[in-house]
Amino acid sequence: MTTVLVLTALAIFTTMALALLRALKGPSVFDRIVAVNVIGTKTVLIVALITAISGNDNLIDVALVYALINFIAIVAVLKLSRMRDLAASGEGDITDG
Amino acid sequence: MAETMLAIISGICLLSGGFFGILGGIGLLRFPDFYSRLHAAGITDTLCAFLIIVGLIIQAGLALVSIKLILILVFMVFTAPTASHALARAGLAAGDDPETVESEDMPVAPLDAQGDWSSNS
Repeated sequence: MTTVLVLTALAIFTTMALALLRALKGPSVFDRIVAVNVIGTKTVLIVALITAISGNDNLIDVALVYALINFIAIVAVLKLSRMRDLAASGEGDITDG
Repeated sequence: MAETMLAIISGICLLSGGFFGILGGIGLLRFPDFYSRLHAAGITDTLCAFLIIVGLIIQAGLALVSIKLILILVFMVFTAPTASHALARAGLAAGDDPETVESEDMPVAPLDAQGDWSSNS
């Protein structure tokens, strides 16, 4: 069973490498943000897989907190790249509904 | 017997999740447009995460880890489409137009050319 878990972890690492290539190449800033979003989601899965591989059940809390932080970080970076200020609001704001 | 079946089902879920992850990564790298790249990223955010976490839940059985994994799954199901929507909206607001096929290259078949119901009425 550990072999299957390690193979899945290798597949996730391959996905993260491809997303990192897109983040380095990406023509626009949104391509880079998409790639960073994918890397963050895959980090949650990697931490959950490492929990199952190592048998240390306390590690799953790290994945839970990372899944919470990742979403906030993506929305904050989007707003920062759009408005140049996290406290600003106005025309074209993505967080105003 | 039941444990062997559960291990096989969990292994299938985990390996197909990893396969969809690689598929989405290749799409993210090779698609020509920001919005099609967003589609590939959406596959890795939902299908790959769902399959891998379900495989881990089957493997863990009834435990506290399963409840936390279900929490991660529920949170991802809500946040991944929201993040994709915010990204597409920000891309559109920044004036990043989707790549479309030119209308001269399309096989044009207007309704009044193939049927005479519009010219009759």
